[in-house]
Amino acid sequence: MTGREELPLDSDVEVEESANRLRPVHLRLRFVLLVALGGVLGTAGREGLALLLPTTHVPWATFTVNLVGAFVLGALLEALLRRGEDHAHRRAIRLSVGTGVLGGFTTYSSLATDTVLLRDDPGTALAYALGTVVLGVLATAAGVAVASLVPEGER
Amino acid sequence: MTPALFVGLCLAGGVGAALRFVVDGLVRERTSGTYPVGTTLINLSGSLLLGLVTGLAASAVVSDDLRLVLGTGLLGGYTTFSTHCVETVRLAQERRWRASTLNALGTLVLGVALAGLGYALGSAG
Repeated sequence: MTGREELPLDSDVEVEESANRLRPVHLRLRFVLLVALGGVLGTAGREGLALLLPTTHVPWATFTVNLVGAFVLGALLEALLRRGEDHAHRRAIRLSVGTGVLGGFTTYSSLATDTVLLRDDPGTALAYALGTVVLGVLATAAGVAVASLVPEGER
Repeated sequence: MTPALFVGLCLAGGVGAALRFVVDGLVRERTSGTYPVGTTLINLSGSLLLGLVTGLAASAVVSDDLRLVLGTGLLGGYTTFSTHCVETVRLAQERRWRASTLNALGTLVLGVALAGLGYALGSAG
């Protein structure tokens, strides 16, 4: 059982605890609260940065947050994947830091809405929207690449 | 921004993240395959709603404080860019180029269109 093929495609999917038929992870209060706590911190980081940076025509704060979050999540999930199965503390880290903090830190709705608000400047709107998505995917790929430089842990 | 507003905004972000986790899990239980339907639905619905809230605030139906809590907090925490990027990269790693491109660009086009629709509805109201 070393193949990455067996691992779920999606970052939030859970590996079955075959021994006991527990409720799915997303319906267990403990994990929902873990994600919520991470989400509070991630949102605080996102809004904190927005308050620190000057308000600009192009929403650079959101742009920065999204690219940094995309890079870090790519690195985090790859690092966790390389260390073994999604259980116990690894799952707790994935849900609190990945789904919670980084999920709450980054935002898609602001990307879409800010693009609409740039409608009087279509060139900038297009560059902002496409630039965020293309660079975001590249940032994640870079994060995955960086994490894969680290030697693998025990399986 | 007052400290109370900042705290309210952050707590709303936590609620949004938890909501995303539950909705994504429920969608996943009801879908097969590895295309990220859950995150896509979350990001599209969140974009429509943020457009709406932003439009309602522009027409002064919704106060700026409420826009910050519901929009920046709740919907900002509900939607996610980082997971969207990871799922796009994973589809590409599986050499599912069309699915990967559809996920990245299709979500963007639809998300912006829905945010625009929400904004138009909100600012007309």
